[in-house]
Amino acid sequence: MAGALGFSNVGMTFPDGTKALSGVSFDVNLGEFVTVVGPSGCGKSTLLRIASNLESETEGKCDVDRNSIGYVFQDATLLPWRNIRKNIEIIAELHRIEKTERAKLAQSAIDLVGLTGFEDKYPRQLSGGMRMRASLARSLVMKPRVFLFDEPFGALDEITRERLNDELLRLFQLEGFASLFITHSISEAVYMSTKVLVMSARPGRILGSFDIPFSYPREHSLRYEPKFAEICGEISLALRGALV
Amino acid sequence: MKSDNSLETSVITGQVAPIVPGDDAPRDTKDRNLISDFAGPIVVFVIFIGLWYLLSTKVLPPQKRFLLPTPHRVIDEGFLTWSVGEQRGLKPILRSLWDSIKIAVIGLFITILIGTTLATLMATRRWMERATWPYLVALQSAPILAMTPLIRALIDGIRLQRILVVVLIAFFPIVNNTLFGLLSVDKSQHELFSLHGASKFTRLRKLQFPAAMPNIFVGLRISAGLSVIGAVVGDFYFRQGGVVGIGAQIDIYRSRLWGSELIAAIILASIFGLVVFVLFGLLAKVAIGKWHTTTRGQ
Repeated sequence: MAGALGFSNVGMTFPDGTKALSGVSFDVNLGEFVTVVGPSGCGKSTLLRIASNLESETEGKCDVDRNSIGYVFQDATLLPWRNIRKNIEIIAELHRIEKTERAKLAQSAIDLVGLTGFEDKYPRQLSGGMRMRASLARSLVMKPRVFLFDEPFGALDEITRERLNDELLRLFQLEGFASLFITHSISEAVYMSTKVLVMSARPGRILGSFDIPFSYPREHSLRYEPKFAEICGEISLALRGALV
Repeated sequence: MKSDNSLETSVITGQVAPIVPGDDAPRDTKDRNLISDFAGPIVVFVIFIGLWYLLSTKVLPPQKRFLLPTPHRVIDEGFLTWSVGEQRGLKPILRSLWDSIKIAVIGLFITILIGTTLATLMATRRWMERATWPYLVALQSAPILAMTPLIRALIDGIRLQRILVVVLIAFFPIVNNTLFGLLSVDKSQHELFSLHGASKFTRLRKLQFPAAMPNIFVGLRISAGLSVIGAVVGDFYFRQGGVVGIGAQIDIYRSRLWGSELIAAIILASIFGLVVFVLFGLLAKVAIGKWHTTTRGQ
């Protein structure tokens, strides 16, 4: 299968001379869930920004269908003056999808993330977890082939986070998109992914790649299995190497 | 969320300073009942009237008491007397007030139109911002009324001259707040729009303007207040025979030492300012109250 998203030897030097990435190569195929972990400021987010064309790589090449990208930010970034339905319609609106079609797409995304009944609420009336769901639904509307997640659940409490992990995995199985996920949490990375990449401190390079052998759907109890802990341990060890 | 950093602007300087962001929970829930809502204003009113009586009957020397007639005399001569001659009584006060209201409203309308347009241009074109900002700040602190001879020489017609004074005085806060609002949109919200190829115009219409609405309403409210001041003060300098605004009327009362009418006219002009302030507060509440809570001072 051809990679939906491919980095080949990508490097990034900012105008001020900061070298954020160096020689990064990997592919994400449809139906793959790749997670990048690494020290703060190692350029993880820059990977996503390059993939989505918010920034341009200065070396190498990033291949992706830029018309089919879903981007989930650290914050929910909902527009506070729009209710949930209208927030979820915004991307379709920007792509000039006709009104009734837009409403239909939005409704199915709303149902998919379990926000049915909250369509007319405003973002400030919802909890952080629900806002994140709305943010997910917003990206789902256009049925992107490539999904980029920039630490989307970092600000949530652990219970909400684990619940949203499961929700996202369910969507991932349902839609089969290619997923590139950024997180600080090793256990989140292992729980979610088909593959975990460890990045070095700046300039970010790929230090190690770990295939995660568990099949989907994954159960919450997986987090307490010895094999799970073992993989987490290996990744943690690699991360320590990244910090030196 | 970042977008909560609502702003209140000082009425005096038009400068922007952060205030407490809107919260879901209403403030002082326990404290909100009829008594505390109305007791405060009533107590202050009673103190105010008491001080007034004290001033006009005790503090001022007898030969100067005509400057501040007692409240009951003001009510009697200023509010309850309909009309005595050409100038005295409630009728001429209301007539001139109505004249000033028209000037203030027309001036404010023009201010809003030009002000928001200019702010939009400044927000979308960097060079516009750089080119105009210093002069706007200078305009804000320029003594407009010292330029009355110039205004008279350049523009024909008392009405136009008065309207121009209103625009000049009310202009800055609406530009400042609109511009600030348009430029302080959350970065990731901008990126969301970039990701999906939004044009400059779409971005302005669907992101920047809605996001700026709370700031725009703050600016509106301040400019509206200033337009009242502009209209009243402008009257002092621009008047002619029959056409008089409330400011000119006040000046006549002042020069003829008609204390009751003077005070009554000042009170009515202040009430007009208050009404404008409350009106724009309500307008903001209707327009953005659903998602934004900066409704203090209602």
